[in-house]
Amino acid sequence: MSGAGVPGAAATRFGVYLHVPFCSVRCGYCDFNTYTATELGGGASQASYAASAVAEVALADAELRRRGLAGRPVETVFFGGGTPTLLPTADLARMLDAVDRTWGLVPDAEVTTEANPDSVWAADLQALRDAGFTRVSFGMQSAVPHVLATLDRTHDPDRVPQVVAWARDAGLAVSLDLIYGTPGESLDDWRRSLEAVLALEPDHVSAYALTIEPGTRMHTRVRRGELPGVDGDDQAAKYELADTLLAEAGYGWYEISNWARRPEQRCRHNVAYWRSHDWWGIGPGAHSHLAGTRFWNVKHPRAYAQRVAAGELPVAETEQLTAEQVADEHVLLGIRLVDGLPLGAEHRATLHELAADGLVDPDAAGAGVARLTRRGRLLADTVVGRLVA
Amino acid sequence: MPPILSQSAQADRIAPAATPPELLRNFCIIAHIDHGKSTLADRMLQLTGVVEERQMRAQYLDRMDIERERGITIKSQAVRMPWGVVDETTGEVVPYALNMIDTPGHVDFTYEVSRSLAACEGAVLLVDAAQGIEAQTLANLYLAMENDLAIIPVLNKIDLPAAQPEKYAEELANLIGGDPEDCLKVSGKTGEGVPALLDRIVAEVPQPVGDPDAPARAMIFDSVYDTYRGVVTYVRVVDGHLSPRERILMHSTRATHELLEIGVSSPEPRPTAGLGVGEVGYLITGVKDVRQSRVGDTVTNAAKPASEALPGYADPKPMVFSGLYPIDGSDYPDLREALDKLKLNDAALTYEPETSVALGFGFRCGFLGLLHLEIVRERLEREFNLDLISTAPNVVYDVTMEDGKEVVVTNPSEFPEGKIASVREPLVKATLLAPSEYVGTIMELCQSRRGSLKGMDYLSEDRVELRYTLPLAEIIFDFFDQLKSRTRGYATLDYELAGDAEANLVKVDILLQGETVDAFSAIVHRDKAYAYGVSMTEKLKELIPRQQFEVPIQAAVGSRIIARETVRALRKDVLAKCYGGDISRKRKLLEKQKEGKKRMKNIGRVEVPQEAFVAALSSDAGGGKETAKK
Repeated sequence: MSGAGVPGAAATRFGVYLHVPFCSVRCGYCDFNTYTATELGGGASQASYAASAVAEVALADAELRRRGLAGRPVETVFFGGGTPTLLPTADLARMLDAVDRTWGLVPDAEVTTEANPDSVWAADLQALRDAGFTRVSFGMQSAVPHVLATLDRTHDPDRVPQVVAWARDAGLAVSLDLIYGTPGESLDDWRRSLEAVLALEPDHVSAYALTIEPGTRMHTRVRRGELPGVDGDDQAAKYELADTLLAEAGYGWYEISNWARRPEQRCRHNVAYWRSHDWWGIGPGAHSHLAGTRFWNVKHPRAYAQRVAAGELPVAETEQLTAEQVADEHVLLGIRLVDGLPLGAEHRATLHELAADGLVDPDAAGAGVARLTRRGRLLADTVVGRLVA
Repeated sequence: MPPILSQSAQADRIAPAATPPELLRNFCIIAHIDHGKSTLADRMLQLTGVVEERQMRAQYLDRMDIERERGITIKSQAVRMPWGVVDETTGEVVPYALNMIDTPGHVDFTYEVSRSLAACEGAVLLVDAAQGIEAQTLANLYLAMENDLAIIPVLNKIDLPAAQPEKYAEELANLIGGDPEDCLKVSGKTGEGVPALLDRIVAEVPQPVGDPDAPARAMIFDSVYDTYRGVVTYVRVVDGHLSPRERILMHSTRATHELLEIGVSSPEPRPTAGLGVGEVGYLITGVKDVRQSRVGDTVTNAAKPASEALPGYADPKPMVFSGLYPIDGSDYPDLREALDKLKLNDAALTYEPETSVALGFGFRCGFLGLLHLEIVRERLEREFNLDLISTAPNVVYDVTMEDGKEVVVTNPSEFPEGKIASVREPLVKATLLAPSEYVGTIMELCQSRRGSLKGMDYLSEDRVELRYTLPLAEIIFDFFDQLKSRTRGYATLDYELAGDAEANLVKVDILLQGETVDAFSAIVHRDKAYAYGVSMTEKLKELIPRQQFEVPIQAAVGSRIIARETVRALRKDVLAKCYGGDISRKRKLLEKQKEGKKRMKNIGRVEVPQEAFVAALSSDAGGGKETAKK
């Protein structure tokens, strides 16, 4: 890895992602790196996980110093999974503390954790707030029991208002995550979920179209004909409904799948991904980006624990991006944001074609910026293809 | 068994260039594919001692891989074999030189067959004792009978348990006249009956007749390009004598060449002091292109030329056309080079550069028939490593406009617009042989292909010969496949060109979002335009990926739309999220998309993957392989 020579690299904003690879139940659609056993052998367990993560933070710091990329405070921290709240709150606090002590958090740092509505209590949320967390993102997914059942989600939908209230009381900003396009979900089901979300007045909403990845149990069920597959047209209709209802309720989209009431309620950590800021991903299978280099850790918690215990960075593979790849990513990622993507004069003709097709905003296009329309957001891959291929 | 003559003093009497016509016998073998011609030839080569046991390999004479694999002979050859027969009055062994001229076994090469037959005085009619005669064999038999060849009927594969020699001997006797007992029974596999066959050839095939003192005249019956030696020309000398180093003249082109080498094949080439009346052998002049040494042409001495050519010469005329395109556009120069090389060995192959909106740069190629097309395509793919797509084959149309202007159409997309007075298309005379139970189904098929019945005969109690006139265009589509599947593979087919006729033909265009896709234009009978339009639009609907706008697919005759399908607009293609910051995975998808885009063709604004065109075209071209097994 060599990024020390990249001019201005040290000026790039820096964030930390912490992966918690444990769940109590594995959902049929999930292809994330997560495990349901509490004991994984070889020194890897839920109990010892925080220690491994803390050890990686130290190793990461040494690497940043070696590469001349140290000295940047952390602007955002995101605990994702898996189910981070399956770990004792003290473990989460300990990991966050390691990040703070090693690199320092900026005064208004955004610190988020994902949480499952059925594994948190008022006391946990208060403890998280006390430890420095600012934000919680609940994996609500749907308000409709049969949809939750298809998704293997175990929580009781009636519990969501409760946990949202507790989070508010604790002083945490609240985001609700939804999934649309689940097999068997009707447009009315989806409307019910959206209405349930809006009734709770969260600060932020994410809505992701279900993708059924090969290797998941749901994929097998679809292949066997036990479940219908996802349908792009159905998902498009649901996206449009979501965007309409959210906009009516005062939520503005700032990224294809994310809406916030006010700009300062946007998830800054999320935006950092699309802006290609630097971040270090801690934990098994976590991805990192540093000054044009992408790398990711070994996937299995046991291999991860052993590497870290041996004092080695647990990196599985490293990718040094070429200039063309950097340029491609710039378009691929940046196009997803509401601010749009400023483009050079060489793209002018394409930009006007895209505007004529209703895929980008014509006014922005006139100013040389590609800002997706609602139709363009749904066809973002087409837009990117036209701009880079 | 008679002595092998190559060791004997008698052999001098049949030395090449010095063999009197009375000791020469020129014959060919007429047989259906798989009836065992090559195996029988192998046995003859062994029995006469020209190929030793240890050099023997199966199907010795079939040189090209494709020939051996498909079990068919594409190009003919000639082999000179010695054979001794005991003279009944003197008791001495008289040596004979037998020239076996191998004939190509497929309908596409009828002209070449006719030239091979013209080089012989006799023909062995070889029929599988388990299957009986087939349409192809019958056609060639009639051709041999028209040429006044002595016919020796032979039933092969008598070693097979399913053999019915008595039944088929009867059938042969009915066909050529004579007694079922005259029919020889052999096994190419075991060699049984083969010496008797060689004796019969000496006894029944007339000796060649010619004037040794007349100016030299030799007929070219085959011409093969060899990488090392240039063109090797196979001839049958009719009059006079050809000698090494003399200058020869090709009658049709008036080109002269020096005879660098002259010889006989036995079966490897052996230079000789020349070739005399009735002899068969090869010539090498150093020319590099078989077009300079055309099958059917007359070779004569340049200094003392014969005034009159031998009869029967005709220019090879392509009858079936197809566009050949490299799947990877950058292979275009390689395709050109490969065609240039194939042409050296294939006087009937024609090609011209052609551009298609859908398929890019390629060539419009002319072939003698479907098998010829298949063979050329297969050789291009196999020997030159090219991945090709061929457009649906079509025939030549003569279009007369109302203003009297005439247009020859070899590519449907060139079918003229405007007021057309008439369109003429080539016809064939087809002969179909099948068990009588299939007569009804065959008639139905021929009717649906615009055929008209010309006659019907029972060859035996349960086998029928049907004669039809059909448009060639109807045969080159999937006729043979249909025939085979409707008759459980029992029917056989032969056809020959039989002029042309006016027909009610129209061009059907396929349009994507209003733009014509040239590769899918077809000339069809007006009654079938709708069916073609519907099947093509339905097929393309399945193959064309959804775009960000609706794509109408239409079939049109002129400006009239006869069928329509729609590829609905794509509404969503974006991936919702990136998994835990796994940007690499997203970028790789984009890189794949970029790679795929290189293989996209733009029809107007519609992006169509090359694979879609390939799939739409190849599902129509089906049947070529089956045809080859005919």
